[in-house]
Amino acid sequence: MEQKEARNIPLALELKGITKTFGTIKANYNVDLELKHGEILALLGENGSGKTTLMNMVAGIYYPDEGQIFVDGEEVVIRSPKDAFDHKIGMIHQHFKLVDLFSAAENVVLGVKDGKKFNISEVNERVQKIADRYGFIIDPKEKVHEMSVSQKQTVEILKVLYRGADILILDEPTAVLTPQETAKLFAVLRKMKEDGKSIIIITHKLHEVLSISDRVAVLRKGEYIGTVNTSESTESSLTEMMVGKKITLNIDRSEPHDVVERLSVSGLSGLNAEGLKVLDNVSFTAYGGEILGIAGIAGSGQRELLEAIAGIYSPESGEILYNDPKGGAQVNLRKKTPLQIRELGVRLSFVPEDRLGMGLVGSMDITDNIMLRSYRSGFVLLNRSDPKKLAEEIVNDLEVATPHLNTPVRRLSGGNVQKVLVGREIASAPSLLMAAYPVRGLDINSSYAIYNLLNEQKERGVAVILVGEDLDVLLALCDRILVINSGRVTGILDGRTATKEEVGFLMTKSDRVENTDPEGGAA
Amino acid sequence: MASEHHNAVKEPLIHITKNAAMPFWKGLLIRAAAVLIAFLLCSILAFFLIGANPLEFFGAFIKGNFGSNAMMAKLRIWKLLKDTAILLLIALAVTPAFRMRFWNIGAEGQVLMSALAAAAVVYYGKGITQEWLLLVIMFVAAVAAGIIWSVLPAIFKALWNANETLFTLMMNYVASFFVAYALVKWTPDGSSVLGELKRGHLPSPGNEYLIFTLTVLLITGIMFVYLYYSKQGYEISVVGESQRTARYIGINVKKVIVRTMTLSGVLCGLAGFMIVAALDHTVTTTSVGGRGFTAIIVSWLAKFNPLIMIGTALLVVFLNQGAGQLATTFRVSFAFPDVVVGIVIFFVIGCEFFIRYKVHFRHKNRHAAEVPAPGGEGSGGSGENPEKEGGGGGERPAEVIPDKGGKLK
Repeated sequence: MEQKEARNIPLALELKGITKTFGTIKANYNVDLELKHGEILALLGENGSGKTTLMNMVAGIYYPDEGQIFVDGEEVVIRSPKDAFDHKIGMIHQHFKLVDLFSAAENVVLGVKDGKKFNISEVNERVQKIADRYGFIIDPKEKVHEMSVSQKQTVEILKVLYRGADILILDEPTAVLTPQETAKLFAVLRKMKEDGKSIIIITHKLHEVLSISDRVAVLRKGEYIGTVNTSESTESSLTEMMVGKKITLNIDRSEPHDVVERLSVSGLSGLNAEGLKVLDNVSFTAYGGEILGIAGIAGSGQRELLEAIAGIYSPESGEILYNDPKGGAQVNLRKKTPLQIRELGVRLSFVPEDRLGMGLVGSMDITDNIMLRSYRSGFVLLNRSDPKKLAEEIVNDLEVATPHLNTPVRRLSGGNVQKVLVGREIASAPSLLMAAYPVRGLDINSSYAIYNLLNEQKERGVAVILVGEDLDVLLALCDRILVINSGRVTGILDGRTATKEEVGFLMTKSDRVENTDPEGGAA
Repeated sequence: MASEHHNAVKEPLIHITKNAAMPFWKGLLIRAAAVLIAFLLCSILAFFLIGANPLEFFGAFIKGNFGSNAMMAKLRIWKLLKDTAILLLIALAVTPAFRMRFWNIGAEGQVLMSALAAAAVVYYGKGITQEWLLLVIMFVAAVAAGIIWSVLPAIFKALWNANETLFTLMMNYVASFFVAYALVKWTPDGSSVLGELKRGHLPSPGNEYLIFTLTVLLITGIMFVYLYYSKQGYEISVVGESQRTARYIGINVKKVIVRTMTLSGVLCGLAGFMIVAALDHTVTTTSVGGRGFTAIIVSWLAKFNPLIMIGTALLVVFLNQGAGQLATTFRVSFAFPDVVVGIVIFFVIGCEFFIRYKVHFRHKNRHAAEVPAPGGEGSGGSGENPEKEGGGGGERPAEVIPDKGGKLK
C-alpha cells in the first residue's frame, strides 16, 4: 500500500495493517480502514468477522499486535480508553456501562477530570445543551434505572460527546432499539455529521447501512474486503462482499398440514419482580405443524410468556393446557416445575433468549452442555457416551465450528453457541418447540440454518413458537403472528397476508383498543 | 510525514495476550519452577533474617519432614502423612460447596463441633461397655454435629438468600465457645484441659495412623468420582455456574444447596471424629488449629480437583513442617514458618498468570520499519472469533498494561 502523504486534508482516522490474534485465532489480519472527516462509515461484516475487535483497538480496549493507527494524519498509540479520549475518539459499546443509581448527568461526568469544581446544576445545563444541539430527548436529572434502553444509549452517546469526541464509534446501536427509536437515532447521527463529527457505525442490518451511511467498509473473517460508496451499493452487492458468495434471501414456507391443537393458553396474567403486570390476560392456541410467531417490542412480556409455559416463571392466573400428541390427554402446565413437566411426558423444548445465562453453561464443553437434557437417565453415575455421540452429530450436522468437543461453549462465537443450543433442544424430539430470538446476533448463514431447522420441525408436526424481532423474517417464516404489546395480545394475524405496517401498528399502539381496560395508560 | 513522528510514538514496553491451551507438561514445569524460585528466595531471606545458610535451610526441610535418623524418620514421615491426611480430608469437605460457588468458610467450626460431639460421647458414655459400639455412636454424633453446623447456613441461603460467607464464619466462633464451655464443665479442677480420653480409640494395626490415612485416601477417590462422574456432582457444577440454567433444566437449586452442604457436613463430621478417635484423643478449642481455613487454600490451589489436592495438601504440610524445624533449630518465632508458606503459595498462585497469559516485549526493530510487516506466520484458517457473544458472558481475551516506564527511553 502506498503512502498517502500528499493528501491535503488528512483523514480523521486511518488504520494500516492492523493484526490482532487471540491465542491461535486471528481476529483481525492486516486490516486497513479510512474514515473521512464528517462522514458516516458503516462497518459491515458477519458475526465473528472482527468488527468489534477492530474498533476496540481504536477505543483503547485492546492493543494491536501489528499495525498503525493515524488520527488526523499523525500516528498515535492508544493504550487505554483514556488515550482514545485524548485523541477525541469515543466508543459506544453494545453493553452499556452505566451506574444505575446515578442520574444521566452524573453518569456523563463520571471520570471526567477537567480541573473544575464539581457543580451538578452546571453539569445538568451543559448536558442539556449538548442534548438540545443534536436533538436528544433526555432529562439530565433522571436516574438511569428508570430509563428505557434507548435512553440509556442516549446517555452513553452524551458521555462520549461531553468528553469532546470528534470520532464516534457505535457498536450495533440499533440492536436494542425499536424501528421508531432507530429512526430517531439516525436523525441524531445525521445532525452530528453536519456538525463535522466522523462516525463509524457497526451493524449487520443492510437496510440501515443503506439508509444512514456515506460509505461502507466490509470485513470478512477478520480480513478487510474493501470500502464502497453507499450510493453505489445495493443490498445484494453488500451481501456478496460480506459473505463472499451470493445467497438467496428467500425463506421457505410450506403450507401447514395435519394441524392439531397442541397448546392452549387462556387468561394468563402475571407480575414481574417489581410487582408490575407483565402478562395481562394472554390467550392463544398453538398448533402442531405450524410456526406461530410472536412479535412485540422487547420487554413486552415475551420472555415471561415462554418461561411460564416452560415452568420457570409462575404466573398469577390462567391456564396452560397441553394436548399430548399420543394419548390425546390434556395436562395443565401451570404451577408445574420444569422437572414435573418433563415427568408428565410433555416433550417441550425451549431455546431461551439468554443462551449462555440460561440455556447453556458457558464453562462446560459441548458434551456436558448436551448432557443437560439427558443427564438424569443414568443411575447415580453420569452416562457421557450418549451425549458425546449426540454432540458429535450436532457438530457435524449443524456445522458447528469448534476447535474441539472439549472446548468450553463460551469460547465459541454466537452462531455456534446457538447451534449447540438449538441442536440439543431439537434432538429431544419435541412436540412443542419454543425459541426466543434464536437468530439474534447471528450472521446470515447461521440465521438461515436456524430457519431451516425450525421449518423441519414444523414439517414433523411440531408446534413451533418463535419470538422474533425482525418483522421481515417473521412475516416470511411464520404461519401466524401473535402480536404482544405491554403484556397483552393485540392481535393474531395470518403470516401470509399480514403487512409489516399492520404488525408494527399492533406492536406500538399505546391505547388498548380491543381490551376494555378503563385505566388505560396515559402514555 | 509519519516518520517525523516516530519519536513520539511509543509502543507499550510489554503487552499481554491470552495463552491458548498449554500442554500439560509445560504447565507443570512452570509450577515446579515457581516453587523452586520461591524456595531460593526463602533461603536468601532465611540467611538475612535468621542467619541460616542455604545448606542449613534446606537441611531443616529434610530434617523437619523426614527426620535425621532412622527412628525419627518413621515418626516424622507418619506425622507428615497424618497432617496431610487431616488437611486433605477437610479440604475435601469444603470442595463440593466451592464447586457450587457456595463460599463456606466455616469448616473450622464444623469440624470442631464434630470433634466436640465425639468427645462428648466418650465423656458421657461410660455406660457403653463395648468399644466398637462407642466408636459407632461417636461417629454418628460427630456426623450429626457436622451436618447441623453446615446445613444451617445452607437453609438460610436457600430460603432467604442469606450471605453464606458471613454466616459460616460466625458459626466458627459459636463452635469455639461451645467447646470452651464444655471444657469448663468437664474439668472440675478448672484447668479446662480435658487430657487424653482413655476410650474411643480407633484400632491401630501397623501404625496408629494407618487406618485414618487409608480412609482419607479412599474418600479422595470417592469424591473425585462423585464430583466428576456422578449426576449429583454434575448438578453441583451446573448450579455453581448458573442458577438460571439449573432452574431452566429442572434442577431444584435449593435442594442441591442443602444436599451439598449436608455432604460437606458429613465429611467435616468424619474429620472431627478422626481427630478425637485417631489423632488427638482429646478436644480443645484449637483442635482444628486453623486447618478449616488452610483447607480452603488447599482446595483452591488444586482448582477443586480432589486428586490434585493430595499434592497441594502435601505441599502445605511439608512447608509448615520444614519451616517449623527451621524455627526450632534457630530459635526464632513461629511466625517464620508462616512467612515461608506465604511466599511459596504466593509464587504458586502467581505463576498461574504465566500459564494463562503470554507476555510480549516491545519489538526492538519496530521503529526501523516504515510500514509494519503484516506478520510472517501463515494464517491457518481463521476459525472462530471471540467477538461479542450472545449472552455477554465472554471474558476479555487479553488486555494491555500501559507501561509507565515506557516514556523514558
